[in-house]
Amino acid sequence: MRKSVGLTLIAVVVFLFLTVPLIIITATAFGEASTIRFPIQGFTLKWFTATFASRSFMSSLGLSFALASYATLLALLVGIPASYALSKTTFRTNPRLRAFFLSPTFVPGIVVGYALFQFLVIQWRMPVFAGLLLGHFLVSLPYVIRVVGASLEQFDFSIEEVAWSLGCNKPKAFLKVVLPNIGSGIVAAFMLSFINSFNNIPVSMFLTGPGVSTLPTTLMNYIEYSYDPSVSAISVVLMGVTVVLMVIVERTLGIGSLAK
Amino acid sequence: MSYAVLENIRVSYDGKTPVLTDLNLSIERGELVSLLGASGCGKTTTLRVVGGFIEPRAGRFTLNGVDMTRTAVHKRNFGLVFQSYALFPHLTVFENVAFGLKLRKIESASLKSRVMAMLDITDLGALANRYPRQLSGGQRQRVALARALVVEPQLLLLDEPLSNLDAKLRLSMRVEIKRLQKKLGITTIFVTHDQEECFSISDRVAIMDKGVIQQFDTPEAIYSHPANEFVARFVGFTNFFNLTASGTGRCLNNLGEEMVIDEIRNHTGGQTSWTGAIRPDDIVLTGTEVSGTNRLTGSVEVRTFLGKSYQYELETKLGRVVVNAPKDSIFEPGTLVCAHLPSDKIVLC
Ligand SMILES: Nc1ncnc2c1ncn2[C@@H]1O[C@H](COP(=O)(O)OP(=O)(O)OP(=O)(O)O)[C@@H](O)[C@H]1O
Ligand SMILES: [Mg+2]
Repeated sequence: MRKSVGLTLIAVVVFLFLTVPLIIITATAFGEASTIRFPIQGFTLKWFTATFASRSFMSSLGLSFALASYATLLALLVGIPASYALSKTTFRTNPRLRAFFLSPTFVPGIVVGYALFQFLVIQWRMPVFAGLLLGHFLVSLPYVIRVVGASLEQFDFSIEEVAWSLGCNKPKAFLKVVLPNIGSGIVAAFMLSFINSFNNIPVSMFLTGPGVSTLPTTLMNYIEYSYDPSVSAISVVLMGVTVVLMVIVERTLGIGSLAK
Repeated sequence: MSYAVLENIRVSYDGKTPVLTDLNLSIERGELVSLLGASGCGKTTTLRVVGGFIEPRAGRFTLNGVDMTRTAVHKRNFGLVFQSYALFPHLTVFENVAFGLKLRKIESASLKSRVMAMLDITDLGALANRYPRQLSGGQRQRVALARALVVEPQLLLLDEPLSNLDAKLRLSMRVEIKRLQKKLGITTIFVTHDQEECFSISDRVAIMDKGVIQQFDTPEAIYSHPANEFVARFVGFTNFFNLTASGTGRCLNNLGEEMVIDEIRNHTGGQTSWTGAIRPDDIVLTGTEVSGTNRLTGSVEVRTFLGKSYQYELETKLGRVVVNAPKDSIFEPGTLVCAHLPSDKIVLC
């Protein structure tokens, strides 16, 4: 019993450590003062209206959203077949191939960003959006492969063999019996990939160009010069969106599907 | 020409260790044939060659005279039931069973009636709208069977379909499988490592060891005339002794004593030595020494209680002999006993 009191205490401390900063940021978004301050004085929604009125915030939000969507879509389109193929390789080549596909998560983001900058921007003079998309795709792919790979590991492939025997060719069997049974993995991969792309700074920093900036880089630059609560306001908006997404996932699949 | 024929099939997963070596098997139409053997002997591999999941390195598989060795799995029209049942978790019982028919573009009214008929045959009608996770093991097994049978496969392949069920259910399911198989007349290959199950259900049994079929015959023939020592051990013979011919229809054991063996009449082909075998249940023990043919004297080494009988291990001049004797006369370890090997119970292999 005593032990569990200690554990509970640790859990509470960690929980507070995780949530208190978020609560403070949320509170500061409603303060009237022109710098971020806690506790707040007065109550206002003007920072929210200011944020939504700001061209640079809104266009970078739009860009980040589009980027995360397309990058995630690409990563799913490439990553699902790739992890399927990986799950079919023999046990000898599998760990190496898997490690290769996961390597972007082991390499520091700043290195990935710099390498991409060298190649895509300097060498190939790729348009900014295309470069960003490619970079974010690269960052997202390992998440898809890891998460979808994990749910394929749980998948009983004799199910697929039965589908073949009943008359499905391989692509059809994949669509009809494999995909529906790794659905939770795909949703989890989608979430992780989307959030990672949306939050990414190191790769975006290198690949953004004049007038094209993702939300995190815009926020970073903004904070460097001005320290007003519109940053808090946009953080609150983002948190809100995340919570809504999480609730949807929880309702449809159970939150456990993200922790698999 | 038999219906399904495997000719000189050779399989190796890594190119070095052979798993199947020149395997031959001919199955008649409507027959239920079992592959029986110890774990790792290649039963599943054989079944997967037939199913089209493994391409053999050499050899041919023909069905009804058509070479199918390289036909894709989905073009074979074979029914498949695995040990794990492999039901589609995201589909209901009805949808599971209808899966194969939908792919065949059967129009919906006739699809529905065929599925319902199959569900009725397998006693699943009431469960049509359940999902696999809501079924018991035996029910899942029947769904798997119904799903395989409803498409009227040319061949039904069952890989240890009963091994996840408890003993009682296994018994009733195997009767059920046999009944369905005969009723629908579907040629079936059944993989198992349970000898009783296999003998009770099969028309013919192929006993396998290390990728080679040791004997392919009816259960009765295998039980009473095992082709070699491996098969004999497999079907319960524990006592083996060497025999050499001495004149026609006569033979001597290692001690130079004559043994009378009825079966020797069937071995007229000039063979000069055999291995004789007898089951522990078929040997008769007596306490007093009796002289005569087919009698061995030995001392009791170990006695084990088996419930219905006692098992004795005797040390005789021919080596160790295992005997199961009824409970009414008990022999203490160390005593001398006489074992009678009835001439009609000894088999030659
Ligand atoms: N995918 C594989 N890769 C390499 N070796 C394999 C593979 N599948 C089976 N084997 C080997 O082939 C041999 C035969 O295997 P198989 O699965 O056919 O045995 P089985 O008779 O079905 O045994 P069990 O009764 O245990 O199911 C075994 O020695 C096994 O280790
Ligand atoms: Mg097997």
